[in-house]
Amino acid sequence: MLNRLSTYFYLRPKVVLTLFLLPPLLWFLVVYIGSLITMLINSFFYLDGFTGKVVHEFTLKTYAKLFDPTNLQIFSRTTIMAASVTIACVIIAFPLSYYMARFASKRMKTFLYLAVTLPLWSSYVVRVYSWKLILAQEGIISWFAHLIHLNWLLDLYLQLPGIGGPSLSISATGIFIVFVYIWLPYMVIPIQTALERVPKSLIEASGDLGATPAQTFRSVLLPLAFPGVVAGSIFTFSLTLGDFIVPQLFGNSSFYIGKAVLTYQGTSGNIPLAAAFTMGPIVIMITYLLIARKLGAFDAL
Amino acid sequence: MSDTTAIEFKNVSRVFSVKQEKLVAEVKAVDNVSLEIRDGEFFSLLGPSGSGKTTSLRMIAGFDRPTSGQILLYGQDVSNLPPYQRDVNTVFQDYALFPHMTVGENVGYGLVIKKIAKSEIQKRVDDMLDLVQLVGFSGRKPAQLSGGQRQRVALARALINHPKVLLLDEPLGALDLKLRQQMQIELKAIQQRVGITFIFVTHDQEEALTMSDRIAVFSQGRIEQVGTPSEIYEHPSTQFVAGFVGVSNLIVGEIAKRITGSESKFSIRPEKIRLGLAGDQPEADTFTADGRVRDVIYLGLYTRYLVELDGGGDLVVVEQNLKTTSMDVMKAKNQQVRLFWKKEHVSYLGD
Repeated sequence: MLNRLSTYFYLRPKVVLTLFLLPPLLWFLVVYIGSLITMLINSFFYLDGFTGKVVHEFTLKTYAKLFDPTNLQIFSRTTIMAASVTIACVIIAFPLSYYMARFASKRMKTFLYLAVTLPLWSSYVVRVYSWKLILAQEGIISWFAHLIHLNWLLDLYLQLPGIGGPSLSISATGIFIVFVYIWLPYMVIPIQTALERVPKSLIEASGDLGATPAQTFRSVLLPLAFPGVVAGSIFTFSLTLGDFIVPQLFGNSSFYIGKAVLTYQGTSGNIPLAAAFTMGPIVIMITYLLIARKLGAFDAL
Repeated sequence: MSDTTAIEFKNVSRVFSVKQEKLVAEVKAVDNVSLEIRDGEFFSLLGPSGSGKTTSLRMIAGFDRPTSGQILLYGQDVSNLPPYQRDVNTVFQDYALFPHMTVGENVGYGLVIKKIAKSEIQKRVDDMLDLVQLVGFSGRKPAQLSGGQRQRVALARALINHPKVLLLDEPLGALDLKLRQQMQIELKAIQQRVGITFIFVTHDQEEALTMSDRIAVFSQGRIEQVGTPSEIYEHPSTQFVAGFVGVSNLIVGEIAKRITGSESKFSIRPEKIRLGLAGDQPEADTFTADGRVRDVIYLGLYTRYLVELDGGGDLVVVEQNLKTTSMDVMKAKNQQVRLFWKKEHVSYLGD
């Protein structure tokens, strides 16, 4: 009986494939695509300001609200934050990944892998709250600034409009630092993987043909590592776009997209506006990927 | 070829420290090598893996630096110059083509780096692709090429800068036999056309013999012998060379003394030995040895005989099948024979 069954499947590989793919396909269609479509549909409804109820009628009114100056500012503020966090992550992650891929001994590499991913093992909330303490007015950074008599510099920095605030723990700079900290592993690992796949002989060949290390970096290493950089930036960029806890904890009253979504759908029950807001990051990500493709990010794949 | 020296090694050593557990061992990859390679020469570094030939090449290219000694490129000490400041180019074993660039961009890379005008680059890339017979492939990506084509691109890319010396690191290793033989001839032809000194690393003695003007045979980080292919083949100076280049019969001690009258060991190539009947009389300047044919292997083009000498020891003899058929040669088995070879074909070996 079992024998006959196995022969049956052996002769029909497509049946086997269908059986294997059914669970992930269902999950993907229902949970991923399904919820996205529900959200898309909701974004075309609107909230009746008088009754406080969602009106299930097709309208673009909700989308029009996104273009209010305040909401546009939320989008631009969040996008600029996400872009700065991404760039900072690349700048920090690249040399580290390069060292891991090229020079580190096996033991050192394992250690660095652990060191990079270890924070991911502990709770996000715990890590974020510990930064609250580090950045606080009575925190270690401020203490150290006093110690080396540079507290006037810190105070001067905090007075800068846009990036400053009453203390580092309530400022755009604070948000930026915490974001860079929590998303960095997502940048290191893809870049490291991409660099590891670049054969050493390509670097040698470039130098052999007369390229200085800087030229080799520009014309060989960076283009070949670029898919990794883009993969990492998809994480850092989209995670920053959607996060609401860090801006909540470290921000002042200025909204970021995630916080706006939370407020609209949670506090004011305006699910259509929250849905439309969520479409924002999706559009921004699609634009970002299209630009990346234009720049040739996926040519080397 | 001229009398100018292209590359000179002066007592070059390269020592690697290998960490194992808690012990640090020192491995002499290249051990006090001195060598002169002439301008315009096709020079091969031949040896088994781990013999120091590739390390020597990498030190000429600048990917590695000598622990001690000097490397001169046309008289200039380049021992500590980075690769991009040396006028040498390399064809890599794995070709090392840039996967994100087209064939044309790969070939033109060296010129783009030197910031040469675009029109000039275009012209020289076309010339190079013409030289390696890849006209029309300029727009393709390396992934779309066959192994042989990639090899040509790597060659064109390395030659476009007109280097003083071209280094080739086992470039034919990944090709199948037929393609390899074709490329051997082509490579030699290209070298003669461009007139650049080629330094060719290989572990394939036939390849080295086919293409080289001179060969350096490496073993355990040292050079065993330097010479023309015929010198290396006909008169190996050490036991290692005799055994590594071609097939050799090595004769030592008592048997050597009985044959030549001297105890020093010598080698004799199987094809230099003539198989005769027992009792045949030798001509002048000939050594003889008596024995019995233990085995006959018919190989179509030639036949290999394994002869057990009367005093002990085996000799391999190879004879071309000029008139004989497989039936004829088989009859020789177990026959008593006398072997003859000219004295001049014997190589007396040092230690």
